[in-house]
Amino acid sequence: MTTDRVQPGSKTNIRETKMTKYRDHIPAKEFLTHLESLRKGSISRRHFLAVTGIGAATSLLAASLPGRAFAQAIGDRVGIATWPNYHDPANLDAFRDATGAAVDVNVFGSNEEMLAKLQAGATGWDVVVATNYTISTYVEEGIIQELDLTQIPNFDRAATDPRFADPGVIDGKTYAIPRNIGTTGYCVNSNDLEGAEAKSWKDFWDLARDKLSGRAMVHDYQLTAIGNALKYYGYSFNSVDSAELADAEKLLIEAKPHLFAINSDYQPSMRSGDASMSMCWTGDAVQLQRDMPEILYVLGTEGGELWSDFFTIPTSAPNKAAAYALINFLLEPQMAAKEALFHGYPTGDSRVDALLPEEMRNSEILYPAADLLNALEFGAAVTLTNPERAEIMARFKAA
Amino acid sequence: MRPSLRTSLFLAPATAWLLCMLVLPLVVVLVFSFGTRGAAGGYVPALSLENYANLGARWAAFQNTLVLAPLGTLTCLIIAWPLAYFLAIKADPRWRTLLLILVIVPFWTSILIRSYAWIQILGGNGLPSLIAELGMGKPRLINTPFAVMVGIVYGYLPLMVFPIYVALEKLDKKLLEASSDLGSPPFRTFLQVSLPLSLSGVATGSMLVFILLMGEFLIPQILGGGKVFFVGNALVDLFLQSRNWPFGAAVAATLVLVMLVTVTLYLRAMKRLSGGRDDVALM
Repeated sequence: MTTDRVQPGSKTNIRETKMTKYRDHIPAKEFLTHLESLRKGSISRRHFLAVTGIGAATSLLAASLPGRAFAQAIGDRVGIATWPNYHDPANLDAFRDATGAAVDVNVFGSNEEMLAKLQAGATGWDVVVATNYTISTYVEEGIIQELDLTQIPNFDRAATDPRFADPGVIDGKTYAIPRNIGTTGYCVNSNDLEGAEAKSWKDFWDLARDKLSGRAMVHDYQLTAIGNALKYYGYSFNSVDSAELADAEKLLIEAKPHLFAINSDYQPSMRSGDASMSMCWTGDAVQLQRDMPEILYVLGTEGGELWSDFFTIPTSAPNKAAAYALINFLLEPQMAAKEALFHGYPTGDSRVDALLPEEMRNSEILYPAADLLNALEFGAAVTLTNPERAEIMARFKAA
Repeated sequence: MRPSLRTSLFLAPATAWLLCMLVLPLVVVLVFSFGTRGAAGGYVPALSLENYANLGARWAAFQNTLVLAPLGTLTCLIIAWPLAYFLAIKADPRWRTLLLILVIVPFWTSILIRSYAWIQILGGNGLPSLIAELGMGKPRLINTPFAVMVGIVYGYLPLMVFPIYVALEKLDKKLLEASSDLGSPPFRTFLQVSLPLSLSGVATGSMLVFILLMGEFLIPQILGGGKVFFVGNALVDLFLQSRNWPFGAAVAATLVLVMLVTVTLYLRAMKRLSGGRDDVALM
């Protein structure tokens, strides 16, 4: 590994250097052969990373570069507002080593909380990871800015399912680019089901009030708690119709005495066995099932939520150059694949899918069957600002 | 330098602090409480009483708080008084400092972390398992009002112990001997000597605990599993989730008012109970 080729001083150089390294390590044709082997499962991911040198590229690059030289170009710090268990700290360290900018991670409990803090004038975040249904509100409020895609060459719209990328485009302008996608279903410990059926949201709420009374958890989150109660009646996940919301509220309040908790942090209770069933996001299901195969992930046959998280840059970002550099770094397919291995969500990017190990690509949690997927709805912006939903949530929690 | 000027100078930092950190924010809260919510949340200036008219929507939260805060204060008092008495009167003076430190030690760790520890203790694999081993069934402890009460008492006990300890430490032990010599049984000595003489500590400790409990939101959230809803939780949701700041401000202003009223009533009661003694009556 030599450093003489490297011309420190701009982020363009980082990018070029990284690509150069890939080519140095292995010819393109050989790379594709290995990639094909990985796809077929004949070599392991680890072997693939080793022979292609991709796994080591970032760290080697980091070791060989004088980080400080880059710090002048993009600063020494980049702030990201994101979700818990969403980034492998090692990958963020790799970014710091490669660019000299340390990543300051701030995690949130909900999009609402993120929006509230940004509305209140909170600054210091260069990148905000926001969910599809908030993008239009952020744009209307002038909180996020249009992205300069030339600074994010690792984003390839053609490789991304338009279903997941479209919410980031408003009036033809790209304000957000997808990072990963997921669904909201429920996880249930099959040992506690004793043969009972768990296939739909109707099953979820019936089990919660009967067989699994005292052992079910509901998110502390208006969108999913109310949305999935609406699904019990077959209404839209996003309904703001007063009569339909009244039905959902009745169900929530009836179920409340039977619930173990109203909490979006459900992994600890599912792991300890205190809870048998919980509303659940894709990545948590993957993480739970990894350690406890008896935990099933169910997408309600009636539908439910499909979502897509986006990288955005707030207008108030103090360090936009670093924001672009971090987004571009994390979207690089190898890096995105490493991140996916950590957080357990699919990325919606076919280039990344190809790099994931067989068992992940075959996982029904990550890539649900088409009929289940087609029944799902994206959360709608109206739920974010609808006052009635907020009041229902308050009555549900206070009941 | 004139004495009055010197006094003002010394008080200037405290005055500035109170002005910036208490008076100004309270004014902001009051102003916000008459506003209306923006379409996407936040605050839009207005002069409306709508938020106050709507307070009924958070009545349940007020009700929960107004039951659990006094109950928590009382439980703290019942547990703290004998402990403070033991520390001040009965404990060997050689061990007293060590024992006092032991009461403070938990404060060295964040209440958040200590509350998480209680999740383990009260969770299914903790105490309930132990109780089940003893053949007494497996009770549900975590995520109940009981768990919230345990967390409250655990978290706030030292705030009650110390003021009572200070009051009892000053108590002249000869008074206890005199009471006993004059033929008073221990319980009567407690009622007529130790308790009345500790009232200043009881009044201070109860106020400290009660006021903090009225604004509590962390313990109900963590140990109540989000099912026990205090005004503090309602406020967190109003500001951070539904972003209805004007309504949140109205609830906050009402909470301050409710506290002022209950604390005034409490102090009046204490004044009457103590026969108007200066050290007890804070007003």
